[in-house]
Amino acid sequence: MEIINQHLISVLVFLPLAGALFVLLFLRGSQKEAVRWVTFLTMLAGFVISLKLFLGYDADSTQTMQFIESTPWLPEYGIVFKVGIDGMSLLLFMMTTFLGPLVILSSWRSIEDRVKGFHVCMLLLQTAMLGAFVSLNLFLFYIFWEAMLIPMYFIIGIWGGPRRIYAAVKFFLYTLFGSLLMLVAILYLYFVHVKQFGFYSFDLFDLYRVHLALGPEKLLFLAFALSFAIKVPMFPFHTWLPDAHVEAPTAGSVILAGVLLKMGTYGFLRFSMPLFPAATEYFYPLIAVLAVIGIIYGALVAMVQPDVKKLVAYSSVSHLGFVMLGLVVLNVQGVEGSVIQMVNHGLSTGALFIIVGMIYDRRHTRLIADFGGISKSMPIFATFFMIVTLSSIGLPGLNGFVGEFLILLGAFKKSVVLGVLAASGVILAAVYMLWMFKRAMFGPLDKEENKSLKDLDPREIAVLVPIIVMILWIGIYPQTFLRKMDRSVEGFLTRTGQNTAPPVQPLERESLFMTESISVQDFGGQGHGNR
Amino acid sequence: MGIDNLPVALSVIRPELILAGTALVCIALDLLYKPADKMPCWAIAFFGCLAALAATIAAWGTEQEAFSQLVRMDNLSNFFAVVFLMAGMITLCLSASYVQREGLMAGEYYTLLLISMTGMLFMAQANDLMTVYLGIEIMSIPVYVLVAMMQKSPKSPEAGLKYLLLGGFASAILLFGIAFLYGAVGTTQLADILRHAPRAMRASDPLFLAGVGFLLVGMGFKVSLVPFHMWTPDAYEGAPTSVTAFMSVAVKAAGFSILIRVIVLTLHPMAATWSQIFWWLAVVTMVLGNVVALVQENIKRMLAYSSIAHAGYVLVALTTGSQLGVQAALIYLFIYSLMNLGAFGVIIAMSREGDQGVHIEDFTGIAREHPMYALAMAVFMFSLAGVPPTAGFIGKFYAFSAAIKAGYIGLAVIGVLMSAVSAYFYLRVLVVMYMKEPEAGPEYGAGPWGATVGAGVSVSLWVCALSILVLGIWPGWLNHFAHQALQGLGCLL
Repeated sequence: MEIINQHLISVLVFLPLAGALFVLLFLRGSQKEAVRWVTFLTMLAGFVISLKLFLGYDADSTQTMQFIESTPWLPEYGIVFKVGIDGMSLLLFMMTTFLGPLVILSSWRSIEDRVKGFHVCMLLLQTAMLGAFVSLNLFLFYIFWEAMLIPMYFIIGIWGGPRRIYAAVKFFLYTLFGSLLMLVAILYLYFVHVKQFGFYSFDLFDLYRVHLALGPEKLLFLAFALSFAIKVPMFPFHTWLPDAHVEAPTAGSVILAGVLLKMGTYGFLRFSMPLFPAATEYFYPLIAVLAVIGIIYGALVAMVQPDVKKLVAYSSVSHLGFVMLGLVVLNVQGVEGSVIQMVNHGLSTGALFIIVGMIYDRRHTRLIADFGGISKSMPIFATFFMIVTLSSIGLPGLNGFVGEFLILLGAFKKSVVLGVLAASGVILAAVYMLWMFKRAMFGPLDKEENKSLKDLDPREIAVLVPIIVMILWIGIYPQTFLRKMDRSVEGFLTRTGQNTAPPVQPLERESLFMTESISVQDFGGQGHGNR
Repeated sequence: MGIDNLPVALSVIRPELILAGTALVCIALDLLYKPADKMPCWAIAFFGCLAALAATIAAWGTEQEAFSQLVRMDNLSNFFAVVFLMAGMITLCLSASYVQREGLMAGEYYTLLLISMTGMLFMAQANDLMTVYLGIEIMSIPVYVLVAMMQKSPKSPEAGLKYLLLGGFASAILLFGIAFLYGAVGTTQLADILRHAPRAMRASDPLFLAGVGFLLVGMGFKVSLVPFHMWTPDAYEGAPTSVTAFMSVAVKAAGFSILIRVIVLTLHPMAATWSQIFWWLAVVTMVLGNVVALVQENIKRMLAYSSIAHAGYVLVALTTGSQLGVQAALIYLFIYSLMNLGAFGVIIAMSREGDQGVHIEDFTGIAREHPMYALAMAVFMFSLAGVPPTAGFIGKFYAFSAAIKAGYIGLAVIGVLMSAVSAYFYLRVLVVMYMKEPEAGPEYGAGPWGATVGAGVSVSLWVCALSILVLGIWPGWLNHFAHQALQGLGCLL
């Protein structure tokens, strides 16, 4: 127990790896049920232990980075196994451990081929993702960041749809291309640090202190940003995403949308922006405009998709546009909104992909035109689908609203034009999601195949209920989560040189969520004030 | 100079003596007793290598010159000797069943392998241009024969002849360069050349510069740098696969051992000149190697171009001329040996008699039939592509960080872009192994794979794959040895 307490993060990061090794070494490919159970229980144990992290994180401490562990790895090069968690990574970390067991549960029946390999890949992926969220050493981060590609590549390529090979290779090459340029930038920064401070270190906090001239800083920022922008994906680097999402098996899509895309936005939050504040300032218009284009373009393209999965994939482009916008406006509302929106998107879009997977398992089609009137044959399914759809749209009282609202608030404070354009994305989201829902779920139940569909079984309900609970929790009382990151966001803004505005009082923010009318007035006023 | 103390002098070349002695025993056994199965020959060869390896490791840390300073044992030579002997032993393990399957002349095969390794050890220990030349010839001539050994296949003798002609040509150019240098500075001793180099540089002695240029061409041929790479794809494709594995690793490392010893260390005073040449050679080597590998259908040919590209990465590290750079090159060569030998090992295991089944499409679906071989191949491919957490990433990390530290950022950027390109053709192997299903009645694929998989192949694949993973996570000790290998070489920055 003592060891678990001392090394909580390492235990959480490497628990899935241990599970993967166990499955690999001690179970045979034919023991499908055993493989599933071991994987599921490992993931579940990870989630339960991670609750300790959430409860133990002290939101009021001035030390925002907590649970720090530091073990020398290649000390002569400044490579240290250093992990720690702050309010922002805490939420993403929790989301990852939360989705882990649900994903395994959701694909219990949909993966029958090479079950062992699939679950080993899922566990390895989990380790890599958790590791990337907590790494405080750039070398360590890079290892986890790249290591993520390998299991995801196999998950898409082996268990994916008909065009899986194309999608897997495109995913791998796109991401690798971006990361390798980031590697050069990391090394450059590292040697500048050596020159300025005289010792070798990949430690993030040492590298934060490096002084750079604007010219090199811009180039370094671009190298980092390209890598992260591909992962997010920001318009115009998004073309790998629809392919990968559509071809990946359900579990792969959920993890891809839920966690992997957040790696990109998290990378901006943790690395690009605080490491290169001047360049962030310089490139703010570019990123903000690309983010808004992403919001609107993603929504418009989503609207015309005949395939539900593709529709959800493009909606991700739109949602992640919101996240990026919230980050680059660099104020408390925007950044907190972004982080909570990352979690929201993980939950809502994850749930949407699970739901699409459930209907696909039954009908073996994802075309909206093949559905219609499903709510009559599958009422429980329809209810869950409705809640998740509304959450994705951002209905007040559900999680999506909190994130989008805060982001828009932040955007209006920075620029009304950006705010207005971004807000139109919310309307478009309502259009494409509700229209899709109407065509698929309502209307006459006129297709023979749809009449005999079985409603959700207990396992499927067990997958969706926890997600719905979280959707409601964040929607109704986001304070539980926002409070954890208040100080970390302040720290982030100080580091990026933007902490001139007074921090939002918790009371004020709470009032924002009570009624919509107050909040609308509020952000209008602040927007004018700032300009 | 004086006369050497003979026992001391012999102790300097103890590994060479062991290998040469083993080679003689091996051929004598084969000729006199004609054992029906060739296992005794194999065992003698293997334990000879093991003994030489033990002698090398025991000599770690000693610095000694011998035979009128013709040879020099130091940690650098010992590091390379370890790489050669390790590569040789793994090659022997890969060869045992392969030689039988392909009906090669086993006694000669093992003997030639041993003699070739003896030459490599001399190259690593060379302290005089004459030793360099002798070492190269002792290494190369057995390899020419080995390449042409597979008489059943028409490609093999053709490859051998091509390699012999071009190799002989390159050796001649190298010898020409040595003669020029001798003319310019009046000595073939590396230490003396180091002393004379600054003066020759200042005078921009054309004889001296031309000599260095010729040397570079000769060495570039051995490590297959573009534009001296023409022989590589044909020789690698035609040679018996186990010999290809050996050439792509040991012969290349031997070439780099003299490149480092003669150009990087001895001609360090003129680093500004040769590093420009290295820059260009590294760029064209990486670009051509990786780009041409994209379109290869034969996996041996693909790995031939990939091995050209990897020589480019090593050259990136050497371009810096710094201690960090040479250290990175040593680390890279060590790691590269393991992953490339492993990849060829899987090819040996999966191919059929007569070197059939070496088309990339032939690997279709082996993940189902032979999951462990597919997994091992996946490790090697990811490592060759340089994806963490494999050792290949560590190698590239050291190489590119040396380049960036020395300010060659453009070179590093080209290098990483080329490794992104390389990921495509390495992934192709994974795609056919894992993601495609063998079709009914295809031209390729669907096995039967690996009719003769010996224990040696399995063992060496395990060793290679595990050490790649372990090195990917704990590279510290390799870095430590590479660092020690360069200590006492005062001429470096």
